[in-house]
Amino acid sequence: MTTTGATDREPDDRPPDSLAGPTSVSRDASQGAASTAAPAPGAGRPAAPAAPATVPAPTAAARPLLLRAASVSEVWTFLILAGLVVFFTLAAPRTFFTTYDLTQIAVNAAIYLVLGVGMTFVVITAGIDLSIGSVLVLAAVAAGEYNIHHGGADAGWWTVAVCALIALGVGAAWGALQGLVVATGKVPPLIVTLGGLGAALGIAELATGGQDPADAAAAHLQNSLGYGKLLGIPWLVILAAVVTLAFGLLLGTTRFGTHTFAIGSNPAASRRAGVAVGRHLVKVYALMGLLAGLGAVMWLASYGTTSIAGHSTDNLRVITAVVLGGTSLFGGRGSVLGTVIGVFIPAVLTTGLIVIGVQQYWQDVAVGVVLVAAVHLDQMRRRTRERT
Amino acid sequence: MTEPLLEARGVVKRFGHVQALQGADFRAHAGEVVALVGDNGAGKSTLVNVLSGVVAPDAGEILLDGRLVRFSGPQDAQRLGVETVYQDLSLAQDLDAPTNLYLGRELLRGGLLGRLGVLDRTTMRREAVRAFAELGVTLKDPSAPVATLSGGQRQSVAVARAVAFAHRVIFLDEPTAALGVVQRARVLDTVRRVAERGIAVVLISHNMPEVLSVADRVEVLRLGRRVASLRAADTTIEELVGAMTGSLDREQAAAAVVGGEEDARGEEEAR
Repeated sequence: MTTTGATDREPDDRPPDSLAGPTSVSRDASQGAASTAAPAPGAGRPAAPAAPATVPAPTAAARPLLLRAASVSEVWTFLILAGLVVFFTLAAPRTFFTTYDLTQIAVNAAIYLVLGVGMTFVVITAGIDLSIGSVLVLAAVAAGEYNIHHGGADAGWWTVAVCALIALGVGAAWGALQGLVVATGKVPPLIVTLGGLGAALGIAELATGGQDPADAAAAHLQNSLGYGKLLGIPWLVILAAVVTLAFGLLLGTTRFGTHTFAIGSNPAASRRAGVAVGRHLVKVYALMGLLAGLGAVMWLASYGTTSIAGHSTDNLRVITAVVLGGTSLFGGRGSVLGTVIGVFIPAVLTTGLIVIGVQQYWQDVAVGVVLVAAVHLDQMRRRTRERT
Repeated sequence: MTEPLLEARGVVKRFGHVQALQGADFRAHAGEVVALVGDNGAGKSTLVNVLSGVVAPDAGEILLDGRLVRFSGPQDAQRLGVETVYQDLSLAQDLDAPTNLYLGRELLRGGLLGRLGVLDRTTMRREAVRAFAELGVTLKDPSAPVATLSGGQRQSVAVARAVAFAHRVIFLDEPTAALGVVQRARVLDTVRRVAERGIAVVLISHNMPEVLSVADRVEVLRLGRRVASLRAADTTIEELVGAMTGSLDREQAAAAVVGGEEDARGEEEAR
């Protein structure tokens, strides 16, 4: 049943269109799109300044600076991402770097980005949330059921708004519940959220009889958030970018972010320093749930169905992205920027492999290898650091 | 002598069947360095945990500035100007020194940003660098994670945090255990300077020569109660060791040597 999720995502069937589409667009336009579209998902921060750094990489003069910068873990993953983009652009200059493919990559990545941002917070506290896919489904089903009974596909804006609030509320409440159990410190987050994964999905299946209900999403929702664009950029991508930027700032510049890092780094010390560790953990897991609820809204808008069976591997994809982005599974270190990069590596790989005519399943192999390597690197860094 | 700044009377603390403190007394005066010594299991850590609000006592009273206080947590004690440097330093290794210094008491920006919880990193950095400089510590890169610092520098960060916020009492739990000669001298120097500001410094240490060189007074714990309170200047290492092991018991002769806890408490009340 997991394959239904994969086929839902539809980048696979599109390359023929993308061959036809962009050729009608002029070369200049695709270049322009490349420079404007690339920073959009990362909200303008990473891509623009860092991109030139990859060009002088082979020259000897640039090496000291690169080595110095390499202590920042995002730099490595960014270089991998940049390398992939360069490789696919050279391998398929006409097709890869086109507005269509970039947009498609960004749309596919948008939901995972939103989930990944929340997961970054959770993982930095040295926690994990396996339940996100099920929470997304539960939130989508709750919103969908309301929609079905309040106008179905023809539901008005008022219903759309209530549906969105229901999805966000269900997600946040479920997350807070899991956070409460985690905060007691008696059950590890892995088990709490593994239980949550089963329970949330079970409730969703009970409510629907295991079948995706028809008319779960209103046409208003699909036509606006789902397919709508602003200045050529899909609303889904803009929403994901805004969420990413907001939570990036929350993590990087606020007391909330500092406490998140401190708890993951040394919970006992944080408690002694006056940080309300338990309360903070509840908030972090609730935020994760809230973002899973937002993911549900985006999913309904994008695909119009609850896809009950289509989210069983969301957790693994998202955790992979977070870890690829340099966030430590052992807590205390990480960044939203890294997660942005981590989300785009598999996304770029999938599209890129299709474009150059390699079976896209190689993407799973490549990501798997890189993931293990990334965690190994993290461990090594940690060990050398502790020796000094 | 003047009124003690911090005083504990008859503190009792049990952990299950283990009686860690059996009516322990303690006193520290403003501007004084008091060493708290005792053999392993004498109750030093428990007493410090009680006095710094980490552990609630089963019985006994704590007086701060002559007033009875009851700490419901370490924050309570901190609010009253009682800080602790834990033996494990209690630092968030992945965060930088200024962030560790201000952990739990972050400075926020003014206006709307502050209400959103945005940190004032510039001020925290500046104040932290100044606090370190006061201890004679210069950090090469204040934004480096604490984990990348040397043991001595990490120690300094922990001490600086306590010094920056304590205005009454500082507990230092084995502050020199992990340090080299130079760093050790520096920490002890800091201890003296902090005391000169009118703060009571309580030093827990196993190093007897160090205790005698830096402390004004030594309080000796044995089997969960104070068995001696000695002026460091008039005391020898042999006397200290004698008090710790029980061959010498100035304050309460033979009180806790063989007698069970009931006997000991009986005597306490009789006194």
